[in-house]
Amino acid sequence: MSHRSPLLPLLFALVCIGIALYPLVGDAFYVRLAAKIVVLGILAMSLDLLVGFAGLVSMGHAAFSGAAAYVVAALINKAGVTDLPTLLAASLATAGVTALAIGWISVRTSGIYLIMITLALGQMVFFFFHDVSFWGGADGVNLDAKPVLAIAGIELIDLSDRTVFYYVALACLVGTFVLLSVVLQSPFGQVLRGVRINEGRTRALGHDVQRYKLAAFVLAGLIAGLAGFLEVARSGFVSPAHLGWHESATVLIVVILGGMGTLVGPVIGAFALVFLEDWAAELTDHWKLIVGLFVIAVVLFLPNGLVGPLARSGGREGLGKALARLWNAPARLFGRTPAKRRDDLPQESAGDA
Amino acid sequence: MPETILETRDLSRRFGGLRAVSAVSLAFERGVVHAILGPNGAGKTTLINMLSGDLPPTDGKILFEGADVTGLPVHVRARRGIGRSYQKTNILPELTCLENCWLGAQARLPGWLNMVRPARRYRDVQARAERALGLCGLEARAGTQAATLSHGEMRQLEIGMMLATEPRLLLLDEPLAGMGVEESWRVIDLLKTLARDHTLILIEHDMDAVFSIAQRITVMVNGCELETGTPEQIRTSVAVRDAYLGEELAA
Ligand SMILES: Nc1ncnc2c1ncn2[C@@H]1O[C@H](COP(=O)(O)OP(=O)(O)OP(=O)(O)O)[C@@H](O)[C@H]1O
Ligand SMILES: [Mg+2]
Repeated sequence: MSHRSPLLPLLFALVCIGIALYPLVGDAFYVRLAAKIVVLGILAMSLDLLVGFAGLVSMGHAAFSGAAAYVVAALINKAGVTDLPTLLAASLATAGVTALAIGWISVRTSGIYLIMITLALGQMVFFFFHDVSFWGGADGVNLDAKPVLAIAGIELIDLSDRTVFYYVALACLVGTFVLLSVVLQSPFGQVLRGVRINEGRTRALGHDVQRYKLAAFVLAGLIAGLAGFLEVARSGFVSPAHLGWHESATVLIVVILGGMGTLVGPVIGAFALVFLEDWAAELTDHWKLIVGLFVIAVVLFLPNGLVGPLARSGGREGLGKALARLWNAPARLFGRTPAKRRDDLPQESAGDA
Repeated sequence: MPETILETRDLSRRFGGLRAVSAVSLAFERGVVHAILGPNGAGKTTLINMLSGDLPPTDGKILFEGADVTGLPVHVRARRGIGRSYQKTNILPELTCLENCWLGAQARLPGWLNMVRPARRYRDVQARAERALGLCGLEARAGTQAATLSHGEMRQLEIGMMLATEPRLLLLDEPLAGMGVEESWRVIDLLKTLARDHTLILIEHDMDAVFSIAQRITVMVNGCELETGTPEQIRTSVAVRDAYLGEELAA
């Protein structure tokens, strides 16, 4: 984990430049698709802070982004607010408070219980927006207008413009990336890593892990709120499906697909999933089957996700390993798995405690 | 007048019907190496777990430096100056030795929301972590992944992580368990060095080690304190010989 090859950041930079210039040359349809990828990438990155870095598997992440999206929709449609800073602040506040509440309850548990409780609490948020008629019911609501940033009557940013939206979203993606890089390198990030690897010992060394876990939830929730704001501004539509467990699971799949515990992985995962869905949906009505098979293949052959082969030293060795894994796959499927790496490790539980 | 650093009053812990520790009242003096002996299952680890805060007692009180710490969670006690090592190696295997110690050294930072400055820029933390690594004898292994260490080295790291938090009271649960002879002596030397400016509570089965380091010894049997005294008193105690040392000799 501590030794990253320089290949990955380089690749990331190249991809970034490509992505940055794309709307100037690209087809309108694909620019829209790219915007979708960027927003999903932000959401997945925020979930990866919990899942990949702190080891907190949350199954209710869409509740944060979805609640933010609903509040934006209500402010625009019912209160006529289109001021971008106001809407953004409301999004972050909504998602932050939701994350604080869900996190406060959830961090008392871990492992499978954490999954169950985040799932249950996420569903409560789902039913709140689904059942309370104020929010628009099961069919969802269309936005009457889009967020606009205007100073003294001059429009600076109009998110209904496809290209403008794309660049705003991209800036948010880069900002999120930088923010999380900084946080993960800080002492705070070190404790989160300790929580993932050995929570009991991290606590015994003098860290109030509960507090750290809650802070991670709130930070992830705030970023998810940003993603929720962007998503509703992008599609002009929000429905209960945006915050159900199905959506949460999709984000989790994006994280696993791209590579947990990396910041680039979730973005690559979003890229892969959105493109694959688009391609497969054109091909056949059974596109979900194709997507499912792809996800299974990645999980089976690339346990570190799509970034796995790149993240390992130099990439070449990683690719070799990936091929070896492909070779060994039949054995894996039938349970003749050779001793796994984890089995060689000493017990990492809380010891005698 | 010797000063008491840690005191237990009728400390008890039950697991269902089993009384793992029952009504143990002990006073540990500052600057003294106090060993706890007892056969397997005597309740030594359970006692240490209650002192460190890893396990809540079912009854009784713990006073550290005069204050009641019975209800305090383990991380608060660690910050107050109680450090511990585990009988079963309890490290972060994915991290390097230095990073393992780093996590302990970082617990001394004021505040907890240190989210901006990169961890490696905290020179004082780095210094504490390196010092702890040096003390436990793993200086040369700073960049080695902990999972790849030998068993003995893992035991050393276990101690190093505890030292990185700069505790005043050290709770050591069988630090020599499974170590080779040479490694053992190195750790015994380390314990002697630490004894100069720390208080040690030491659980250890290695009699030679215990009698060469400890100034006071408590013998536990079946969760109860059997006898407490100087090494000489314990060596010549009839009760201890009957209950424990005899058993050792017979084995
Ligand atoms: N978490 C637990 N749940 C149930 N019983 C426990 C638990 N921990 C310890 N015990 C029991 O309590 C008793 C004391 O155990 P403890 O580990 O404190 O002994 P010990 O003196 O450290 O022994 P050893 O020398 O083998 O390490 C044992 O009978 C043990 O089985
Ligand atoms: Mg024990």
